[in-house]
Formats: sequence, structure tokens, C-alpha cells
Amino acid sequence: MSDTAINDRVGGASAPLDALSGPLHALAGTGQSRSDLAAGSEVRDWITLLKPRVLSLVVYSGVAGLLVAPGHMHPILAITAILCITIAAGAAGAINMWYDRDIDAVMRRTVNRPIPAGRIAPDSALAYGVGLAVFSVALMGLATNWLAAIVLAASILFYVFIYTVWLKRRTPQNIVIGGAAGAFPPLIGWVAMTGSISAEPLMLFAIIFFWTPPHFWALSLFAHADYARAGVPMLPVVAGARETRKQVLVYTVALLPVALSPWIMGFSGWIYGASALLLGLWFLKHAWAVWTDEQDEAGRSLTNDLPAKKCFKYSISYLFILLGMLVVDHLVLT
Amino acid sequence: MTPDFDKEAAEFHRRRRQRNWAILGALIGLVVLFYFISVARLLRG
Repeated sequence: MSDTAINDRVGGASAPLDALSGPLHALAGTGQSRSDLAAGSEVRDWITLLKPRVLSLVVYSGVAGLLVAPGHMHPILAITAILCITIAAGAAGAINMWYDRDIDAVMRRTVNRPIPAGRIAPDSALAYGVGLAVFSVALMGLATNWLAAIVLAASILFYVFIYTVWLKRRTPQNIVIGGAAGAFPPLIGWVAMTGSISAEPLMLFAIIFFWTPPHFWALSLFAHADYARAGVPMLPVVAGARETRKQVLVYTVALLPVALSPWIMGFSGWIYGASALLLGLWFLKHAWAVWTDEQDEAGRSLTNDLPAKKCFKYSISYLFILLGMLVVDHLVLT
Repeated sequence: MTPDFDKEAAEFHRRRRQRNWAILGALIGLVVLFYFISVARLLRG
């Protein structure tokens, strides 16, 4: 994975330093009027606001939730449901960029984002995000069912208010609870198909929920300098590298039975069960390598965080393959 | 008018045109999408 891609993944977890700085400071900082800023924006800036790279996992997990759910749906409505999940995630990303523009302006990897770079006015970005969010929820309700629309709205509100506004700048556990926001897509896909919530989609939710901490903390081990500069309390910044390594291992151990739960509970077959076991054991191997990495007294890596980088890259493959095997299992065995 | 000003004005118009086309495309896409959603829901009954 390129540095840009890694940075973009971190970008999904970035947050603002000072909630009191208000929406006007980016404008003040650039010395441009709102219309000047709008004139300077390209179409790609408006797409960048949606955090397109982060959307790939959202789309993929949403499709997985939709495909493994029982029932049948007209393909147009299924595509619309996925479109709604994608737009909603993008809208939440745009609102996140609006709120986080103050810390984005001091972090090297985010300083060129459209708002801190002065290409899009903060209030325009906020209006864009809110407009897309409302549109996606309404369209989901009209195209599929209103329970799916409610869950979709809850996912946006959770990401914006619980994660971005509340947790991100206040606690090193921001990733743990905030991870729930990223766990919504398969649940929404399932509800769009069935119109109800049951144990199976909650298992999918739990898998992504437990996957998020080792994924992001492995990343934060080698990319926390920006967070320290911005004052965001990521675990390595607050508790140190050694504690972060331990937490990566702990959550990877916890993820193994959670990932196996669809097979244990009889919701999936042996194809998924065997895949989840092998993928989980391989993830554990990487997490163990992170824990036992050659390090100094403070837990800082003496190997340029090579195991953490490998663990982070593998965590992405892990989730894509795991959800893929769940779909394959469902299509082959049912 | 300086050459720099002409260049900036041309760039301004290019970006505005680009955004207008994007908005038009999005609107047409929505019309098509709503048409097909309506048909799909009618077929579902």
C-alpha cells in the first residue's frame, strides 16, 4: 500500500483539536471570501471531501451484508441501497472534514485537503455533507424500507456526534467506540434486504467492530507523529507504543472467536468457518510479531515498525477476504 | 488587463464550467435513478 493510501486510511480516523475554533477560522486563515473559495474548487475537491478511498470498504461490506441476507430484492433497488450507504458514508466523511479542519491544517498528511488548503469554504462543505446525508437517508427509505433508513441515519449521527465531535479528541479509546461507525454498512445492507434486525447482521457488525482497533492501532504505531502534533489522543501518543502493541494483540485474540461466531452459530458453513480460522490465526501471527518487535525501553520499534506495517496491510486483506468468503459460503452452500 | 488576470479569469471559467457539467450529470443521473426505482417498486407491487 502506498503512503498516500495509508495516509488516507488514517484520515478516516482524524479529528479536530479545538471545538471552539468554529467554522470561520479556515476562511479567516485563507483571507478569501466564500465565493472566491468556491471558484477555486475543482470537481475532484468535492469528491475528495467524501473520502473516496475509505468508501471502498464501506461499499464492500455493505454489499456483503446485502448478499448474505435472506430474501430477494430487485437489482435496481439493491444498487440503490448500496448507493445510499456510499453517499451516507461520504457525507459523514465530509462533515468530519468540516469539523476537523483545524487539526487537518496542522497535520502534514491532511494539510492539502480541500478545506485547510482553502479550495472549499467550510460552510459549503458542511452544507454539502448535511445535504448528502439527508438525501441518502430519504432515498434509502423510499427505495427499500424505513428501518434501513433509520439505521443509516443512526450510522451518520454516530460517526459525526459520538466519534468525531465527542470521542476523537477526548479519549485514546476513540477508535474502539468509534469503530462501531464503520461496522454499520453490513448491518444496513442486511436490513435493506430483510426489513428487520436479527442476530446474524449483528455478528457482522461485531466482526468489524473488533477488527477496527488492531487495524488502526497497528497503523498508529508508525503514523502517530501527526496525531501528536495535532494533540489527538491516539493510544501510542497517550499510553505509549508498548501498551498499543499489547492492545493490538488483545483485540486480535478477541477477534478470532467473534469472526468464527457466524459458523459456530450455524449462520454460515464450513467454507467460511475454515477461512475465518486460517485468516484469524494469520492475523494473530502478525499481531504477535508486533508485540515481540525489537524495541527500546519505551516500546518504540528498532525495526522501523516493519511488523506493524505488515500487520496493518494484512488487516485490510483480512477483512476483504473474510467478508468475501462469507458471501462465497452463502452462495455455494445455500 | 494583465496576462495574469486573463489567465485567472480563464481558470475561473474553466472550473465553473466543470462544476456545472458535474451538477448537470448528477441531476440527469438522479432522474434516471428515480425512474428505475419507480419501475422496480411498481413491479414489486
